[in-house]
Amino acid sequence: MLPLFAALVAASTGVLIFAGGLVTSTGSGLSVPDWPNTYGWFMWAFPLDKMVGGIFYEHLHRLVASTVGFLIVVLAVWLWRAEPRAWVRRLGYLALAAVIVQGILGGITVLWYLPDAISIAHASLAQIVFCLTTTIALVTAPGWKRGDRVRLPRDLTLERLAIVTTAVIYTQIVIGATMRHTGAGLAIPDFPLAFGHLVPPQWDAKIAIHFAHRVGAATVAALVLATAGHVVYHHRRPELRRPAMLLLLLLALQITLGALTVLSQKQFLINSLHVVNGALVLVTSLVLTLRAHRARFAGLVPAGSADDAGSAVVFAERNPAYVRGAGPVSRPETIAAPTRRGASA
Amino acid sequence: MTRLFVAACVAATLLAACGGNSTQNQQTSAPAGSGAGAPAAASPAVDPAIAATVTGKVTFAGTAPAPAPIKLSSDPYCEKANPGLTTENEIVGKDGSVGNVFVYVKDGLGTRTFTAPSEPVVMDQKGCHYAPHVLGIQVGQPLQIVNSDDTLHNVHGLPKANKEFNQGQPIQGMKMTHTFSTKEVMIPFKCDVHGWMNAWIGVVDHPYYAVTSTDGTFSLKGLPPGTYTIEAWHERLGTQTQTVTVGEKETKDVAFTFKT
Repeated sequence: MLPLFAALVAASTGVLIFAGGLVTSTGSGLSVPDWPNTYGWFMWAFPLDKMVGGIFYEHLHRLVASTVGFLIVVLAVWLWRAEPRAWVRRLGYLALAAVIVQGILGGITVLWYLPDAISIAHASLAQIVFCLTTTIALVTAPGWKRGDRVRLPRDLTLERLAIVTTAVIYTQIVIGATMRHTGAGLAIPDFPLAFGHLVPPQWDAKIAIHFAHRVGAATVAALVLATAGHVVYHHRRPELRRPAMLLLLLLALQITLGALTVLSQKQFLINSLHVVNGALVLVTSLVLTLRAHRARFAGLVPAGSADDAGSAVVFAERNPAYVRGAGPVSRPETIAAPTRRGASA
Repeated sequence: MTRLFVAACVAATLLAACGGNSTQNQQTSAPAGSGAGAPAAASPAVDPAIAATVTGKVTFAGTAPAPAPIKLSSDPYCEKANPGLTTENEIVGKDGSVGNVFVYVKDGLGTRTFTAPSEPVVMDQKGCHYAPHVLGIQVGQPLQIVNSDDTLHNVHGLPKANKEFNQGQPIQGMKMTHTFSTKEVMIPFKCDVHGWMNAWIGVVDHPYYAVTSTDGTFSLKGLPPGTYTIEAWHERLGTQTQTVTVGEKETKDVAFTFKT
């Protein structure tokens, strides 16, 4: 049940990001002036028939956010009580702390009339919460646990490439959040060119932020192509190939949505889909990254272990339910980066 | 660690559940700068026997876009209450006269100071739009904002020199009063619930201001003789200034013509 619940929490976090995107895209951030109440009502007692205009988006975001917050509380408690791996339990605590801070940021950004810095921090932390819930869902899933009892080769090139790709995607999302919250979304009104040129002929702060987001998109595209290409060329492991292919698909969709956002003059639905799809690009890259590093996690098992290989054995002995039917656990092997197709499969 | 975790859970639960009761807080906000901007000692009143007047008309040379219909479907009440609502950012008559232009004495009053009237200027939210769309007020004079609609509005003032505020008015008939402590031309107002609702307020430290009616005319009465810079402001057409000199009991006419 825990893996299923963790997956539900991760999915609900994605929905929350979409709801948040709708608030910004419709300019509804201040349509409910008070917080945590809604026009004086306790949040959950606010009449549904009064959810009109911008209130619909802002209040909906608050309802979804408090639901996700509650789910993360339950998840953290569940992990605390049932999860044998300390580092996974800590992920639960971290997600809980992050969502609390996220709620406070959401509140003060309303009470302080959407200051750019707070709104950008709120948007950026949302991605961290999504990454945390996705990571928890991944590492509590049966598929991940099966990795404890198989011998996984290491691909140092992929490990490094995936980390860089994920980090750059996150940076790109922060730049995107800065662009959204500083009103620079249409600072360059044409696409794919910028004022008819490859590089904008005129500059101000908003144009610079917007152009940085476009350069970031090109960088992300190059890195995703390199990472996914590496996986497709060198690996047959489905747990790597699936996120790699999905990453390519989401990237193509994201670039399309980004272009349409500009060309449609920031149509709110397209704009919001661009936000949530960006988050999906990030967590897909994160999943690929974590799976690329799967062999390293063999050592991250309950305390008392002597070393990574030994600890995996100890863990298997202490948690037979986890590794039912498993064969011998052996030390993960470090290998040189493969040089030809299928070398590490 | 366990204690820390339990504390975090409690904090999260409180965060999710906190809030007041369902009683509506209908208390209007206290005036943010009550009287703060009002001059401590006003200059002697202008002698009506010598007071001058500046009148004029604002016109537009060109073809003005027709007011566009506003889509009100996001709030069924608005759709029903004011189905024919159109944009108000450009009201141009057949003869090119421009309404909703804020005209005021920008310069020339020297060190004169004026007592702010205690009578409030009223801005109503009726039929899901602000009435009036453009208005003027003196520093320290109360602005009364009324919600005549049976729907929720938030009153969001976005001044730069004065303090920003955002007040909810969820109940029909609610009123709030606000005063501005510093002169500022112009202050945008908007309702974030209904994205089409916006208004503009010109805050000046004297009584010599007017908003043109649909015939484009204005009148600044009771001016002491002197030379003044008169500015006309329009939300889309921008600003224009003219200098005018008026003598005792004199009336001078000033024409402003905006172009695209």
